[in-house]
Amino acid sequence: MHRFANPARFTRIADRVLPFAGFGAVAALGIGFYLALFVAPADYQQGETVRIMYVHVPSAWMALFIYVAMAVASAAALIWRHPLADVAAKASSPIGAGFAFLTLVTGSLWGRPMWGTWWEWDGRLTSMLILFFLYLGHMALMHAFEDQQRGYRAAAVLALVGVINVPIIKFSVDWWATLHQPASVLRLDGPTIHSSMLWPLLITALGFKLYFVTLVLLRMKSELIAARLRALDLARLKAS
Amino acid sequence: MSLTRKRRRLYIVLAALLVFGGATALVLTALDENLDHFRSPKDLIAEPPAPERGIRLGGLVEEGSVERSADGLTVNFRVTDLTESVSVTYVGILPDLFREGQGVITLGNMRADGTFAAREVLAKHDENYMPREVVDALKASGNWRHGEELSQ
Repeated sequence: MHRFANPARFTRIADRVLPFAGFGAVAALGIGFYLALFVAPADYQQGETVRIMYVHVPSAWMALFIYVAMAVASAAALIWRHPLADVAAKASSPIGAGFAFLTLVTGSLWGRPMWGTWWEWDGRLTSMLILFFLYLGHMALMHAFEDQQRGYRAAAVLALVGVINVPIIKFSVDWWATLHQPASVLRLDGPTIHSSMLWPLLITALGFKLYFVTLVLLRMKSELIAARLRALDLARLKAS
Repeated sequence: MSLTRKRRRLYIVLAALLVFGGATALVLTALDENLDHFRSPKDLIAEPPAPERGIRLGGLVEEGSVERSADGLTVNFRVTDLTESVSVTYVGILPDLFREGQGVITLGNMRADGTFAAREVLAKHDENYMPREVVDALKASGNWRHGEELSQ
């Protein structure tokens, strides 16, 4: 992994990947949302309201995925002192927070017409709210210290501690009686969602994933440039 | 044999995760059913709560049990877990998904006569997503099963 630690090499690879990820994201989101809004059928129980799923579910998947990725990067930073891992974690958390927020908002808008409530303190909703707060805490710790290295260290510890919440979110609907439904896609006996709705969902999910890749690479690149500028400023100050 | 610093940090991180994960698992096990959002009719009959205490009762709306009264707002129905059932009275507007055989969660309290006075009724929906034509086809071929698995 340390082969990719060199910022110049990372930037070269990122520049190679970015166009594919960017165009892929636009294409998958375009096709996915077209299928979701115009082609996919209405649900037999929920009617047209089911279309909120095509934003809600991929956002929730991304919020969980990004947190796990951030925790892995934080472990790499703490244990192997991988210099780019901290940058990756710093670049990821605001994006993850955005997806967690989107999950909560779309879930609330979906809950009102279907369940009859904007919010209930059940296992799934509460653990998802905690994930959102963990992201906010990670962002706050990142910027809480004058010395960026100390910020990296503190935020990495929080990211690792918070990863315990990820399996709790996933299995909350199985462990406890909740208002939220159990899993429809990622379950042992296969999806309980009809293929005419599953395909649009998977294509939108791919679009969300590629959108994240694009965004995180751009943010990492700009973070590396900012660090370089800070170093140059410092060197000039010392010289004068 | 001495450990390299990287090895040592790896073990520290793994041990910390294990301890913290274990502690979380113990706390969640201890809290157990307190983390449930609602209780089933069986639970309520086994341990009746104090009448003044607000609780959530969840289960399926029993087939053929829904009675609407003349004022158009009061509804009587039974909530069942397919073993036991509890009579529920509710005055107000029901969610769109409310129907016989549907999962619901009702917030209210037990009356002295063993019936449940609900002040809020929420509808649950299950994990099945299908277009209407597929449901019709399943019904026509006799393969349709509704409300078979109980939302605990």
